Amino acid sequence: MSFGTMLGQLATGMLVTGEIFFLTLLFSLPLGLVISFGRMSKNGLLRTITKIYISIMRGTPLMLQLIVVYFAPYYIFRIRISSGYRMIAVIIGFVLNYAAYFAEIYRSGIQSIPVGQYEAAKILGYSKGQTFFKIILPQVIKRILPAVTNEVITLVKDTSLAFVLAVTEMFTLAKQVAAAQTTIVPLMAAGVFYYLFNLLVAFVMETLEKKMAYYR
Amino acid sequence: MILLELKHLKKSFDELEVIKDFSLSVKEGEVVSIIGPSGSGKSTILRCLTMLEQMDDGELSYLGEYAAKSENGRCVYASKEKLKQIHHYFGLVFQNFNLFPHYSVLKNIMDAPVSVDKVPKEEAKKRARKLMEQLGLSEKENAYPYQLSGGQQQRVSIARALALQPKILFFDEPTSALDPELTGEVLKVIKELAKEKMTMIIVTHEMQFARELSDRIIFMENGVCVQEGTPDEIFHSENERVRDFIGKFVG
Repeated sequence: MSFGTMLGQLATGMLVTGEIFFLTLLFSLPLGLVISFGRMSKNGLLRTITKIYISIMRGTPLMLQLIVVYFAPYYIFRIRISSGYRMIAVIIGFVLNYAAYFAEIYRSGIQSIPVGQYEAAKILGYSKGQTFFKIILPQVIKRILPAVTNEVITLVKDTSLAFVLAVTEMFTLAKQVAAAQTTIVPLMAAGVFYYLFNLLVAFVMETLEKKMAYYR
Repeated sequence: MILLELKHLKKSFDELEVIKDFSLSVKEGEVVSIIGPSGSGKSTILRCLTMLEQMDDGELSYLGEYAAKSENGRCVYASKEKLKQIHHYFGLVFQNFNLFPHYSVLKNIMDAPVSVDKVPKEEAKKRARKLMEQLGLSEKENAYPYQLSGGQQQRVSIARALALQPKILFFDEPTSALDPELTGEVLKVIKELAKEKMTMIIVTHEMQFARELSDRIIFMENGVCVQEGTPDEIFHSENERVRDFIGKFVG
């Protein structure tokens, strides 16, 4: 098999990998913010629930979580699982897991903003929503960007875990091709792909950091 | 006209009684300074007046409108809408400025009028520019707070408070974070405001400044007002504690 054909085979996998990556970020970034509110809530029950949730998400393997999300509808509700649910289960699993990590990052950022910022906003008459979205959140984003970059880079590599639900993302394909052709080249190509993907991620995040460097 | 009336304020933090019984009434155009040793409750009074802290007991009204009333020894606050309206009557200048670091000087000053009071952008900008000119900040319009000296930052925060056109302005140790040189430039601005008959309540350790500027000085210690009077009365006080405290500053 020529190198070109091989790359062609891997390309469909790359699309799936990209899909998992973008959908996970799209949903887990906002969800993480909501969870961080729960984690910091004045309501003790809500706080405990989110704390347990985060603890489980961080304390168990993502691979196991994916399997649970996939099989839960059958074991709990006796719903027949269609094969179309695989990709959905992967996205749900990734979103639930990453939102937990993002929640803790948001929390660290929000709690690092001096209380004087809230007080100044209150005196000036800003509503709670305005205070959060205009005054607090922009400063939080600037502070948490390096930590978020770490998570996003991990996510790129974690996408390969989708193989447990037989979603043929790129790494799964690379392994298949490598086994069929008895060559290590597809795996190397996969490695290069992840590396370039993360190089791009790092570049984008760095640009964002620079954009926010206009103030201290 | 009485702008502010506070009666029998009581405030504790956990078991610690910070303000035992404090009353204050301020007329339009008056400048009142609150002095006294650290931990005497000066800032707590300001925080209660600006509703950053809730009073345990007491009555508070601005322009005759009640923000809080005393009922059976507890303090009951007015409705949210009412408090929102009352918030318009006052501004507060903090010890450590609390400017918004991600906003330029201009935006720090004009954002609240635009976002809170719905003043048209162009008008808010005009208002902000006028204030910047008054306070000697015109060249700093596009600067960010981190690029400014402490004195400039404090002047921006005064401009930010004034942009909402409050009836009464509170200062919580406005120069305590500044070196003597920068202190001078901020005090000058406050003096200008006094000339324009701005009603102000100032918590300060600048004795000479309080003496020159105030219509009335309140000396606080251990959560009570030890003496209240004109600068002359306070600076020639019969009260040993007041004399002792002031003596340390004036020398």
